[in-house]
Amino acid sequence: MAEEGPTALERFINGILPENPVYRQLLGMCPVLAVTNGVKPALTMAGATAFVLICANVVTSLIRGLLKPHLRILVFTLTIATFVTIADKFLAAYVYDMSKQLGPYVPLIIVNCIIIARCEVCASKQGVWTAFADGVGMSIGFALALLSIATVREILGSGTWFKLHVLPASWPGWGIMVLPPGAFLTLGILLGTAEWFGMRRRRAGKGQ
Amino acid sequence: MSETNTKSGSYIGQAWLVILLSLAFGAALAGVQTSLSGRIAQNKQAETYSVIPQLAPGADESKTAEFILTGKDGKEARVYQALASDGSPKGWVVPASGQGFGDVIELLIGLSPDLSTITGLYVLNQKETPGLGDYVTGQDFRDRFKGRPTDKPIVIVKSEPQADNEVRAITGATISSESVSGIVNTALANLQEPIAQRSGPGAANLPAPGPATE
Repeated sequence: MAEEGPTALERFINGILPENPVYRQLLGMCPVLAVTNGVKPALTMAGATAFVLICANVVTSLIRGLLKPHLRILVFTLTIATFVTIADKFLAAYVYDMSKQLGPYVPLIIVNCIIIARCEVCASKQGVWTAFADGVGMSIGFALALLSIATVREILGSGTWFKLHVLPASWPGWGIMVLPPGAFLTLGILLGTAEWFGMRRRRAGKGQ
Repeated sequence: MSETNTKSGSYIGQAWLVILLSLAFGAALAGVQTSLSGRIAQNKQAETYSVIPQLAPGADESKTAEFILTGKDGKEARVYQALASDGSPKGWVVPASGQGFGDVIELLIGLSPDLSTITGLYVLNQKETPGLGDYVTGQDFRDRFKGRPTDKPIVIVKSEPQADNEVRAITGATISSESVSGIVNTALANLQEPIAQRSGPGAANLPAPGPATE
């Protein structure tokens, strides 16, 4: 069947930066704010989300021909909830302390809009390969966003990166950065920076 | 199109995918649960052991004795007797769980050797609202249970506690607070007697131990 919409490669690249789920689409703000006080929980969350996003995209794409328009959201949610539960159990079994630290945020992946948006926008309309590439691209984009925010917060807040000391021991550690306000401050500044670069690029493009 | 079927048929015609997927996903989840539940239980067990010295001050986690007791509700329950490195009893650790605001809350309750006071509380698992109900895991809230007597049920109050069986609620999370006290009360009512029988007459003579070592 003839495919419409972007190709697999375009989907993949779009997910990473041009349509970055956090910096460009402003989706999935809950984990972005809640689990980025350290790099390790942020990466665990990114991994769990990637698993759910890719699996949900592939399954949705496989059954896209059978979807009834008014039941599609129900099917998406069912699919996503299943993979979230699997991810939650795997974390509890193999990385127990991370699972405890992330607490309710792993089950909350179910309501992460990035995933249902990808099912709706891409996977329910395009082939498996494109949906897979889209899931991988978006996952990388989401991981990069979480990682960038967690890096700023962990280095400024605790003077460490991945629990390794990167700043001299005399660094006082800005406590506010590991607390919730630090998440809002970091997200705001990074969003502003990303937007500023985007505007400069667009302006430069117009000038030529 | 299939939507133009007879009315009774069209419901199944529309919903068959959802029904089929529910069954398939349900089976997949059952498989995951069966294969991983052992490991998850082991992780919880390891965590329980690691916090026993917090819950029963002076205890040595490697000396812990496990008992399977039959509670008053007729169900079997696992309890841990905390022992010091010289083998003297330091208290009891009782796992308990019950419905919270979000999901099941799993607790470990530390009791003095004579079972008269609560010596500590630990939250093994919870999915309460982040920023409100999840304060039940905080040291501050858990310490409010320390030293409460076990002869009367614990009561959650919204102001400063007046009686020694009163515990102040977390502001904005009364239901979570009451869930915790409810789980504690139920577990104590259920298991206090069976444990007392098990611990024997000598155990009551031991004084409650000193402050927690962390």
